[in-house]
Amino acid sequence: MATIWVPALARELVGGAETVQAAGSTVGEVLDDLETRAPGIKAALVQPWVLISVDGAAAELGLAEPVREGSEILFVPAISGGQASR
Amino acid sequence: MSRAEVLMGTGPSPGAAIKVKVGARRTGEIVAAAADLTYEAGAYPGSMVDAAARNIFAPYDIPNLRVDARDVVVNKPQVAAYRAPCTTAAAFAGEQVIDELAHTLGIDPIELRLRNSAREGTRLADGSVHANIGAREVLDAARGSAHYRSQLGGPRRGRGVAHGYWGNWGAQSSCVMSVNSDGTVALVTGNVDVSGTRTSLAMQAAEALGLAADRVRARVGDTDSTGYANVSAGSRTTVACGLAVIKAAGDLLSQLKTRAALLLETTGDQIDYRQGVFTARDGKGKVSFEELAAAGGKTGGPVTVAASVNMRQWGTTFATHIADVEVDPETGKVTLLRYTAVQDAGRAIHPVAVEGQMRGGATQGIGWALYEGYAYDRRGRLLNPSLLDNKLPTALDVPQIETIIVEVPSRHHPYGARGVGEVSIVPPAAAIANAIAAATGKRVTRLPMTAARVLEATGVIKG
Repeated sequence: MATIWVPALARELVGGAETVQAAGSTVGEVLDDLETRAPGIKAALVQPWVLISVDGAAAELGLAEPVREGSEILFVPAISGGQASR
Repeated sequence: MSRAEVLMGTGPSPGAAIKVKVGARRTGEIVAAAADLTYEAGAYPGSMVDAAARNIFAPYDIPNLRVDARDVVVNKPQVAAYRAPCTTAAAFAGEQVIDELAHTLGIDPIELRLRNSAREGTRLADGSVHANIGAREVLDAARGSAHYRSQLGGPRRGRGVAHGYWGNWGAQSSCVMSVNSDGTVALVTGNVDVSGTRTSLAMQAAEALGLAADRVRARVGDTDSTGYANVSAGSRTTVACGLAVIKAAGDLLSQLKTRAALLLETTGDQIDYRQGVFTARDGKGKVSFEELAAAGGKTGGPVTVAASVNMRQWGTTFATHIADVEVDPETGKVTLLRYTAVQDAGRAIHPVAVEGQMRGGATQGIGWALYEGYAYDRRGRLLNPSLLDNKLPTALDVPQIETIIVEVPSRHHPYGARGVGEVSIVPPAAAIANAIAAATGKRVTRLPMTAARVLEATGVIKG
């Protein structure tokens, strides 16, 4: 199982929980598993401006990023200098 | 564009309204904190308030956090990113409350911050986790500085400190590296040099190649001439593009060893390289980097490599600033007497350039603290589109900024480098506000802290 840190704006989909557990060998599979219990969570979390982080590293493969047993998955709004995207 | 058009049309940093609440035990242990952040986005969404939400309590290990943040569209120009976007204002609010807490509890302001300092493993408000960081080391260095240990004499004077955090960024960079026939090395990257990064990248290449720094000539290519690089922002260029440079240097040396083996009539795995000299282990001689470069036509032609990286983990930085001010009680004028910036650079690749970033950020922050501000009328029209009415700090307004570089190497870069460009603008406004409070006993809670606002705070005039 992997632990997903749920951003505040999506927590109503998981009953207000800060973290949830879900199974899968990739980020996409983990989200598919969570989607069965929290419909709409995948669309809420996977956004173009959101950085997916697995165990502290940016997931360059996105939903195909491998996940290990006990991995932590974060969904962090991308922050940098430069012009904000509109 | 004219100066007025620049000021009207290229986007200010967002205005913000922030409320902060902190709860602590008498021992100084902060047990809970809450922040309510409202940032103006201008005519389109995207103030990057999420950076403020992430960063406002990032320097501290606080078990219970609540951060509410709003990005508000208003009838003003679209805001734009400015050094450490949104975080100077967040620190202005948060670090004043931490300062109030220190004085309420009778604890030295730096000691209070040390007691609550974030450390490796501390979780930020967004759930991410601090890796190895220099938060405590920066605070320790500030407390031990000659400035902080000095006595501040005289009436109407006060000293303030503030602590700040900024996360770096990694992502994609690339470079091309070629050996010239004179033994110099040409380095081309796609990262625009906004802060002296050609020098810091050349120095990393030289270090990896075992050459003097002036043997590497770095320049910036355009999109048609070199590989892709993410934007030069997020304090990423020296670190992320540096990784590409170090990788290219390794590939270059590998090729050069093969070339040296041809000249020395051995195999590449029998070649050692050290400080500009390739030596055959089996005693068949040696050849210098320059000799090998000149012999390119005999060993297969020019040596050129390209390297690219997608840096997926990166470091973060902390800074503590100390400000001494004198406040004129009749005019409200704030005079900066002394200023010290302390910052973790990981490993300072080019210390003078790092100090330049520290001083530059501090000076910009001083401008935000005391002078700069976009004034709009009710219809969203800019009222002060000139540098006469939107004052920047000058050499007459800023004292010599003392700098202390702290080095807590990042684990995400072979030399330990951290991005140094942005965190230096995070603490200044808060440090100066805390100094004004120490001098007057009153808090100024709006930026810029103009003479009029100081007089409002001290009750001399009504707002």
